[in-house]
Amino acid sequence: MGDLDRIRWQCRRGMLELDLVLNRFVEAELEGLSPEQLGVFRAFLAENDTLLLAWVMGQEEPPAQYTGLVRQLQQR
Amino acid sequence: MAITTRQFDAVVVGAGGSGLRAALQLAEANLRVAVLSKVFPTRSHTVAAQGGVSASLGNEEPDNWHWHMYDTVKGSDYLGDQDAIEFMCRKANEAVIELEHFGMPFDRLDNGKIYQRPFGGHTSNYGERAVKRACAAADRTGHAMLHTLYQRNVRAKTQFFVEWMALDLVRNQAGDVLGVVAMEMETGEVAILHAKATLLATGGAGRIYSASTNAFINTGDGLGMAARAGIPLEDMEFWQFHPTGVAGAGVLITEGVRGEGGFLLNKNGERFMERYAPTVKDLASRDVVARAMATEIKEGRGAGKDADHILLKLDHLGADVIDKRLPGIREIAKKFANVDPAKDPIPVVPTCHYQMGGIPTNMHGQVLAGHSGNAIVKGLYAAGECACVSVHGANRLGTNSLLDLLVFGKASGEQVVKDLRADAIAHQDLPKDAADRALARLARLDSAKSGESVHEVGAELRRTMQLHCGVFRFPDSLAEGVRKINEVAERAGRLYFKDKSKVFNTARVEALELENLVEVAVSTMVSAHARQESRGAHDRSDFPNRDDANWMKHTFWYKEGNRLEYRPVNLKPLTVESFEPKARVY
Repeated sequence: MGDLDRIRWQCRRGMLELDLVLNRFVEAELEGLSPEQLGVFRAFLAENDTLLLAWVMGQEEPPAQYTGLVRQLQQR
Repeated sequence: MAITTRQFDAVVVGAGGSGLRAALQLAEANLRVAVLSKVFPTRSHTVAAQGGVSASLGNEEPDNWHWHMYDTVKGSDYLGDQDAIEFMCRKANEAVIELEHFGMPFDRLDNGKIYQRPFGGHTSNYGERAVKRACAAADRTGHAMLHTLYQRNVRAKTQFFVEWMALDLVRNQAGDVLGVVAMEMETGEVAILHAKATLLATGGAGRIYSASTNAFINTGDGLGMAARAGIPLEDMEFWQFHPTGVAGAGVLITEGVRGEGGFLLNKNGERFMERYAPTVKDLASRDVVARAMATEIKEGRGAGKDADHILLKLDHLGADVIDKRLPGIREIAKKFANVDPAKDPIPVVPTCHYQMGGIPTNMHGQVLAGHSGNAIVKGLYAAGECACVSVHGANRLGTNSLLDLLVFGKASGEQVVKDLRADAIAHQDLPKDAADRALARLARLDSAKSGESVHEVGAELRRTMQLHCGVFRFPDSLAEGVRKINEVAERAGRLYFKDKSKVFNTARVEALELENLVEVAVSTMVSAHARQESRGAHDRSDFPNRDDANWMKHTFWYKEGNRLEYRPVNLKPLTVESFEPKARVY
């Protein structure tokens, strides 16, 4: 539980757009993620806000390890 | 309950631009500094600042700080203190160049100097024409600034307490501030950070509005702490709004959409700007457009099932034009408004962006004890958006916010260094009740078995502020707003959440944040209701004009008794002639 709660808190970002996208995703999907998916999500959250925004908004191609996650985020 | 106490020379609350700039000053003076932040420092809201930072470097064309000062005084609608404004504009060049030396990747001209671009409200020769004064790092100026300052702090061995939330100030009998009580989110553990100097740099509190561009972390924690400790809040009625944020989300839709031929509709499909500004219509200035939108909603012509927003139509431009001239807009609209603007209009609403008021300080970042005189709260400092120096007065100029946090972040840091050296002080003894207020708040929340939902009270607070104290303010609505926000405050005294776990308990954090938002919201509503004029961002339907004879003064709100006092604006600069109030026309 503690680990998911930490991830929930780390979805608080410096930009509103990210707060909205990440929190929507977390509410709907966090508890269903596999351990591997959680690992990817954790690494993703450690990246810079400006990169996250560019990936999520489709302005830049994310690195391969995040492609699936970014697609999921974009569908939310 | 015994709680851990840790000692530092100085504690900085908040790790955005102003907190990091101040901390750097302290760490480089070899003071032991702790910086607390709810989120990792480079995820502070400064990261969202795109436009740039102003300085009259004159790299592109002649410029000087006198002109910058004039623009800032005029922009503030003559509510800014002219001594502080002179100080900021004179320090701007040094602040920017220093940041460049720290490694900030500013855009450059071919000759190697910092590139500068024009920005709204910045002029040469006292309003004659637009001037290139904004220094930027592409559209990521805030991001670059945060990273530069963070790296520099790491080098200077600033100690960071990441994912810590400050709860309350520690004040002794004499009124001196001796540190903060704070909670580590990972453990839920509460500690006293005992310090000779405490600096609040907690940013703005734009989350009091349901339509806000602010990130979720912007809950005015420093303002709440100050208010609960008996410190007044200054000029809280002044909030800057942008006319077109996505309704229900807050994400901005650029004004370029109207520039390219998009226009606004009410629920009847009427292009209402034709009535308010027959010539320029949807291209009227920000305040005119926002006021018209608010009037349409207030008079029942808003769109949607709650008649609470306006429609921004651009499908007539065609998908090709939209994609070519307004890149990114379709993505934003699809993601945050759930519409494709090539087919359907975007629901928009005037959206809160920036807080001009805050914790009253002098230009050295020292917090004022009250509305009269220059007495300060010993040991307490504030800088950045949470502080009111006041350089923005009733309205902030674009790019002056990043300048504010650099200049006053540094100035407050310098003042702390000076105060600690001059007094060569030891830590004062902590009072026995040092942590009582914070512990009582936590104990109440943790023991509550029933009560009000944080989510519902928060939503009611934001709705009340948006409806009754938005971009355009109506007398009956403000009076009703005061009644309703006091009711919200009362409900917030009975907050309840089910999950009492300690580890990263977001529900507990959100309850504590809501208590801070309440102080900000009440002070805003009460201050706005009392100010019977229109000035800068405070725009009233019943008092459409600025009233210098009666209202050229700062509002000071005190939590105790929900009381208001006033303080004259300082019209006397440090070295130059005063800028006398004139009508603010551009």
